[in-house]
Amino acid sequence: MALRPAGIPGYLNLREHLAVLVGLFLLGATSILSSSCGRSSAEKSITIAGSTSVQPFADRWAEVYMKKHQGLSINVQGGGSSAGIQAAKSGAAHIGMSSRDLRPEEKGLLEVIVAWDGLAIIVHPTNPVDELSIVQIQNIFAGNIRSWALVGGPDKEIHVVTREEGSGTRGAFLEMVMGRMRISKRAIVQDSNGTVREIVANDPFSIGYISLGLVNERVKAVRLDGVEASVENIEDKKYRLVRPFLFVTSGPPGPGVRDFLNFVLSREGQELIEEEGLIPVYKE
Amino acid sequence: MTSLERKESLIRITLLLVAFSAVSVLVMITFFIFGEGTPIMLRYGLKKFLFNLDWFPTQGSYGLLPMIVGSILVTSGALMIGVPFGLAGAVFLTEFSSKKMRRIIKPVIELLAGIPSVVYGFMGVVVLVPFIRETFGGPGLSVLAASIILGIMILPTIISISIDSLEAVPPSYREGSIALGATRWQTTRMVMFPAARSGILASIILGMGRAIGETMAVIMIAGNAIAIPRTPLEPVRTLTSNIALEMAYASGEHREALFATGVILFLIIMVLNTAANLTSRKRGR
Repeated sequence: MALRPAGIPGYLNLREHLAVLVGLFLLGATSILSSSCGRSSAEKSITIAGSTSVQPFADRWAEVYMKKHQGLSINVQGGGSSAGIQAAKSGAAHIGMSSRDLRPEEKGLLEVIVAWDGLAIIVHPTNPVDELSIVQIQNIFAGNIRSWALVGGPDKEIHVVTREEGSGTRGAFLEMVMGRMRISKRAIVQDSNGTVREIVANDPFSIGYISLGLVNERVKAVRLDGVEASVENIEDKKYRLVRPFLFVTSGPPGPGVRDFLNFVLSREGQELIEEEGLIPVYKE
Repeated sequence: MTSLERKESLIRITLLLVAFSAVSVLVMITFFIFGEGTPIMLRYGLKKFLFNLDWFPTQGSYGLLPMIVGSILVTSGALMIGVPFGLAGAVFLTEFSSKKMRRIIKPVIELLAGIPSVVYGFMGVVVLVPFIRETFGGPGLSVLAASIILGIMILPTIISISIDSLEAVPPSYREGSIALGATRWQTTRMVMFPAARSGILASIILGMGRAIGETMAVIMIAGNAIAIPRTPLEPVRTLTSNIALEMAYASGEHREALFATGVILFLIIMVLNTAANLTSRKRGR
């Protein structure tokens, strides 16, 4: 074996490199270990993951709850309904958020309805179309009606924006609006309520669907068969597109999680999300 | 054995293990992707998988053709924009600019490579997409938008590797050509380009690899529709965006189908990398 002086700088660099590599590896290993142990330390931190529709409201609950319970941290993550349900099942999260009903193969988890949400069909604020029927919406999203002129608007192509396969909002939209019809393959696909709203806010000839609580002044929610998309109309059961927001846990929650759930369902917790445009559970 | 020799062999073995760990990661990834992805391809039928036009994964329909075509369209669009600009830039910097200028411009171009792709995507959404929508019509989120952004993203790869290979051409070639009375452009076109051909080709193939593998920026600006676009102004979905968009939600067969998408992508990128290696090896001759 060829000998080389041990003291040349290159050697030291290699050794340092090695040390860094080993260090990184150990770091990775410990983080994996600690995350798998995270479940037992339920009282110091609560992890909530899932639907991006529920996320902003869970953030709000977490914010207020943490102010009252110093030293407790609540970590709210997105990822989507299916991922959240999966995370609750596997124990990666204490609570999974879902914006659709559980599928048969997902049953066996404990589910709590924490709020009701309307689904709003949104268009650009300058779009002259204020009202659509369910049948028109079906045909627009199925790609049968392609021009705004056919529903009382300008003679411009309709740009349909939908959510990705597996999204809770998409699932709710398919179930409540589309029935057996399929969403057109030419529809633009976005992976969050926020990006759908962003596109519709910028494109004067687009149409999309988002959670009613997330509608703001940059988009316009259309009237559905003459009924305005509003909290009052949902409470009066006039507006049809309503879906539950669920929190799911695998088995009975620990005391810390249970206390948080109690807060969420309390009058105070429910009023919080009512301010943000959701429908509290006690009103349904 | 002296202590120095023992130390030497210890270091050698440790380094060997580290080197193999990189290889083993690759092997593990390969096994994992193929292990997860191939069963569904065989069960569903490879031909249907590759040539079916319908991607409705929650209804058991897994046609990848729109995404394969999408990846090819967006990548070739990126090359149409990135290659002429990249080569022009490389030629200017090696043949027509002063040393001082090159010293300033080359690092700046290489900085482009360091900008995170989400920033490119954001610029695309904020600037390019509205521009396309207002100028050419359509929703703006389109093959064209993705091609332009990807074309810019692959510029640093094409420019810096092309510069390296143009600079590697022996100066005597250029001097000989100029001495024979050829102009700079004639020299570039007839002497430098042919001499640096394999390096330039490799730069294009590596740029292509970057374009086909890019995900974040493409998701943000391509529109992600699951139909084959009829014009460059229509939205498109690539193989990478297909995986990234749906992975979070997928379970069961849908998840396997996304791994199968990964298998296809893996094969395409392997072919490209091998091609790049082969062409750049020729340069050594």
